Amino acid sequence: MEPLIESVNYILQNIINALQRGSFYAVISIGYSMVYGVLMLFNFAHGDIFMVGTYIGFGIATVLLATFTGLIPPPVIFLATVVITMFLASWIGVFVEVAGYRPLRQAPRASAAITGLMIGIIFETGILIMLGAKRLSFPPLMETVNYHIGGIYITNVKAMIIIISLLLMLALHAFIQKTKWGMAMRAMSYDFLAVPLMGVSINIIAPLTFAVGAGLASVAGILYGQAYPILDPYMGVLLGWKAFVAAILGGRGSIKGAAMAGYLLGFIEIFVATIFPSTLRDLIAYSIILIILTFRPRGFFGMEHSTKLRL
Amino acid sequence: MGIVKKFQQMFSTVPMLGWFLGILTAVLIEYFWGYDYISYYLGLPKIPVLFGALIMLKEPLMIPGALAYDLIVYVIPVLAVAKLTSPFTNQGAALLEKLPLWLSAVLHLVFLYAVLHLWAGINDYRVLIVKLTLISIILTVSINVINGYQGEFSCSHPGFMALGAYVSSILTLVLFTNDKIFGTALLPPALAPYCFPIVLVIGGAAAAVGSLAVAIPSFRTRGDYLAIISLAFMFIVKSAIENLHIIGGARGMGGQPDLAPLPVIFIWTTLCIWIIHNFVTSIFGKALNTVRDDEAAAESMTIKTRKTKMTAFMFGAFWAGVAGGLFAHVLTYINPGMFSINRLAEILAMVYFGGLNSIVGSIVGAVSINVLGEALRPLELFKWIIIPLILIFVMIFRPYGLISFTEINTKKLLEAKKHKTKQGVSS
Repeated sequence: MEPLIESVNYILQNIINALQRGSFYAVISIGYSMVYGVLMLFNFAHGDIFMVGTYIGFGIATVLLATFTGLIPPPVIFLATVVITMFLASWIGVFVEVAGYRPLRQAPRASAAITGLMIGIIFETGILIMLGAKRLSFPPLMETVNYHIGGIYITNVKAMIIIISLLLMLALHAFIQKTKWGMAMRAMSYDFLAVPLMGVSINIIAPLTFAVGAGLASVAGILYGQAYPILDPYMGVLLGWKAFVAAILGGRGSIKGAAMAGYLLGFIEIFVATIFPSTLRDLIAYSIILIILTFRPRGFFGMEHSTKLRL
Repeated sequence: MGIVKKFQQMFSTVPMLGWFLGILTAVLIEYFWGYDYISYYLGLPKIPVLFGALIMLKEPLMIPGALAYDLIVYVIPVLAVAKLTSPFTNQGAALLEKLPLWLSAVLHLVFLYAVLHLWAGINDYRVLIVKLTLISIILTVSINVINGYQGEFSCSHPGFMALGAYVSSILTLVLFTNDKIFGTALLPPALAPYCFPIVLVIGGAAAAVGSLAVAIPSFRTRGDYLAIISLAFMFIVKSAIENLHIIGGARGMGGQPDLAPLPVIFIWTTLCIWIIHNFVTSIFGKALNTVRDDEAAAESMTIKTRKTKMTAFMFGAFWAGVAGGLFAHVLTYINPGMFSINRLAEILAMVYFGGLNSIVGSIVGAVSINVLGEALRPLELFKWIIIPLILIFVMIFRPYGLISFTEINTKKLLEAKKHKTKQGVSS
């Protein structure tokens, strides 16, 4: 009986770790997927928007903690950090759209991919120049408390990450399904040629989509900073590419699919690392993705679109 | 605008041979007097390596000296010699025109190599730049087959390159060197330069076989999904190499013999350009374009789309593997980190900057990104802001790249320019 409980606990513990890791991928890959749905283009700067969002969150958190510690209870500081960071980071998204994607509406799709990549490199280098190569560490926004439930260790940070990610996704779902703006986005992703004729401007909807994606990514950044406090200008690259892979795996343009694929990727990574040596993590994760895409080329919830490239 | 037009008109009678002669003069001037006289009197510490770009950015006080050096050594001799000798060089070009085209092209290439060799021979840094640029040309031209002519968005080129680099390195280490891991040399090391082409071809073949992993899924899907599959392939190759400890794992693999001097790389690059040019202008290249533009129509026109796609992938990957092999033997050290996202961004930047569907464009892209990258080195981090900005502007104003959808016309390039007197008048 004892070993069975132990192994169940072990699996449960890993499920929680996987949920935490998957939350980051899910929230970031939603940003890719939303932009894809509206513009039929991938925002390759999204990983770096996430990174910039994390740095903005770091700045806001540091300032707020220095000024208001003791005056305001910590949850309020946390909430204020999230809200201000979301607001500021969404402007980064708008900037990327206006500078990198709007001039290329009629261009071949690969060109927009290149501008996105290049804006990402500019962000990385810009942060590196402004803040130097020293590693900054994200200030903890709350006291870490360890809970011990029947052999499983769970910190309040972990629980908060999982819960806030889920809440964000629910909020996004409500925004897309219930509001007028969300309806415009859905319409745009349904037919981006006819909808502009109905009085919905792509030049408003596209920046809005980028902004929402960037806002989500910046919250993911704050949460990431709570879990892994070391900041690094290149942190967005690996996480961003993986989230991009998740977005494709979920089916392009499908937000539900992106979220689920994000969690799936988290599960694959964590469980591969528990069974095999952790250096094999990427190898096995990407091999599984390659196999899935070979047999299900549209991903999980992919929309039926023309597969012809606009070259 | 007027000045530029006048300038163009003035030099429109200079054939390619004349330009070569002008550049040869400039290089000879630099070779004989560059250090002793010109840079000495201009107060430069040594011959400016990359047209003075490095020294100008490092020490702004040297800008006038470096500019004067460029003017004295390069600009004035090239222009003057090219213009003044144009009657003679035109006669020479007319003579060469009577020869078969391939012979004339080979003679021009020999001339070009001589110039390049003299220029690069000034110091080792230039040799390295020229070598890496030539390898980049192979990479860019070969990815253009897949991304330009075939119209996919393949991200797996670093993976193909890694396959070629590792396979050829293992072969040379096993066969020709006394290595700690692979034991003593199986063949006498003196044979190495002669067997090196075979080794490179085997490396390229390994990459071509690896490319099937991307080519076969491409039967069913295109565009973004293929991009992901190729990206996953790249990560899988990198991660697999990192986990193979016998070939060094993440630490990398060193000690390859330096089998790739400048002439070898130059020959491989010209071979690559020649073969790929023939490939894409053949009926097969047209089939590639058709598959890109409309797959269903291509299929109905009796083009075997699957075979076409597979050939394009394997062909592009083969040359990427060759480039990887050359790369490994230039640096004599490789590690899996070299064949990752950064390399991918560089290759994509070169091909999209230069222009899709065009070999000239690829050459221009590879040379300009490489030279720009080296010239801006003193700016350190700011380099990574300037180059992306340039690329963004190119993408905004010329979405298909600088020179796209054009082919090399060797005959026109090398012909004598005497007859062209006035535009608009047909002779």
